[in-house]
Amino acid sequence: MTEAGRSTATAGRSVGEAYNFAYLDEQTKRMIRRCILKAVAVPGYQVPFGSREMPLPYGWGTGGIQVTASIIGPDDTLKVIDQGADDTTNAVSIRRFFARVAGIETTDRTAEATVIQTRHRIPEHPMREDQILVLQVPKPEPMRYLEPRELECRKIHGFSEYGLMHVQLYEDIAKFGEITTTYDYPVMVNRRHLMSPTPIPKFDNPKMHRFPALQLFGAGREKRIYAIPPYTEVKSLDFDDHPFEVQTWDECCALCGAEDSFLDEVITDDEGGKMFVCSDSHYCGERRAAGHVGPMEGEDAPSFARPADQEADGS
Amino acid sequence: MSGTVGGHDLAPGFADPVLGSQSAFRGVLEAMSRPGRVVTLSTLPTAPAPLDPATAALALTLMDFDTPLWLDDAATTDSVTDYLKFHCGCPVTGEPDTARFAIVADAALMPPLDAFDPGNDLYPDQSTTVILQMKSLAEGPRLRLTGPGIERDAIATVDGLPAGFLDQWAANRTLYPLGVDMILTCDEAVLGLPRSIELEG
Ligand SMILES: [Zn+2]
Repeated sequence: MTEAGRSTATAGRSVGEAYNFAYLDEQTKRMIRRCILKAVAVPGYQVPFGSREMPLPYGWGTGGIQVTASIIGPDDTLKVIDQGADDTTNAVSIRRFFARVAGIETTDRTAEATVIQTRHRIPEHPMREDQILVLQVPKPEPMRYLEPRELECRKIHGFSEYGLMHVQLYEDIAKFGEITTTYDYPVMVNRRHLMSPTPIPKFDNPKMHRFPALQLFGAGREKRIYAIPPYTEVKSLDFDDHPFEVQTWDECCALCGAEDSFLDEVITDDEGGKMFVCSDSHYCGERRAAGHVGPMEGEDAPSFARPADQEADGS
Repeated sequence: MSGTVGGHDLAPGFADPVLGSQSAFRGVLEAMSRPGRVVTLSTLPTAPAPLDPATAALALTLMDFDTPLWLDDAATTDSVTDYLKFHCGCPVTGEPDTARFAIVADAALMPPLDAFDPGNDLYPDQSTTVILQMKSLAEGPRLRLTGPGIERDAIATVDGLPAGFLDQWAANRTLYPLGVDMILTCDEAVLGLPRSIELEG
């Protein structure tokens, strides 16, 4: 069992001798909490906030951590995933951080968590109304690579002038016959604000639409918070003649046989051997525990490095 | 904390300021995320009259020296202003359009919604949040809410909105994504009314 399987059960106040509860001071939490409420009031709009120095460098989820630290309480159970996996370095260190500074319970089970902080995936397991999903954001501004000037980006959102983005996507179609963006595929939220869904695969975009749980987004380096309230309309940009489509695979998961989950290609040996496995490690494990079997089952389930264990990205 | 200021007793804030604010915040976050849902706050401070405990909890949780506050005449009592100065440190402003928060204890004294700050095109988040104390969030005229946070529609039965409120709210809606946000309070409960919501009587 990994560290995630255990949980700390220290009572709320008896933790972190040298820390404030959940690390942040109360004035910072108040400021972030006000931003979160305004973010909820204007779905998809990026609220600037006064990001604080965190004991982790940018790129390790400091935006998500500040959001989580501002909402979490002693009754919460936290799950942290990085590209779908609970057991990567980044996920483990964020989970340990909150176990230490807030004394909260942690879990790797999606259904048991009240707050899930994630980088680059939305869990496969459906989420409920009484849960909150916190997404780490490296680059919050969907218009940034088309319009580098911050003030101009604010005007674009202010006046809903998103023509540039449509042009960009249509140029993709003209050049490649399809929209080639597969991650961080822009979405229109509540028919008003163009939003970066974060570098989730576009496979996950449809999950955001009318999602029962509140989704909060925190960008540490660029100091933005945004939100999608429950059941909000979230539409991936597309065109009548080129409707939005998610990735599909010819394979199923080699370990659990799932045909409905996002698959990572992993290398299994030095001779170019490879297989496809669920990116959501808890979902895969849950299915195997329930008796689902993939084509690799029976052989020794090979060990492999998950692609999530890699460099920081600015979130 | 409690004490004596200006010769009268000061009501204490949360018994545990850190966990009290966290708990109240989750309550108001749920209320703003799921408009129409009446959320009872589980941790409440002692409130100076005429503030409801939920109103005082919101003040302790959200207000500080960065958030100018506008108070209606009913809420402008020594015990309230001393309480807010002592526990929150927020400046009190006489101009509703400079306020980040407003507390309205008597709906009859509420200025029209467009007297408050709706934010601006570049920063629609810089708008006033109006906290309005209601006679009831359980019984009263029926309102139908639709919009983000609501699966199909939500029905609220509330008593105590100012006269002509639905028209003012409809005008506020036309400013979207600018606009004033509201939190209705009564006793220990809150109901969120973000600017994104459509209201029908
Ligand atoms: Zn699997």
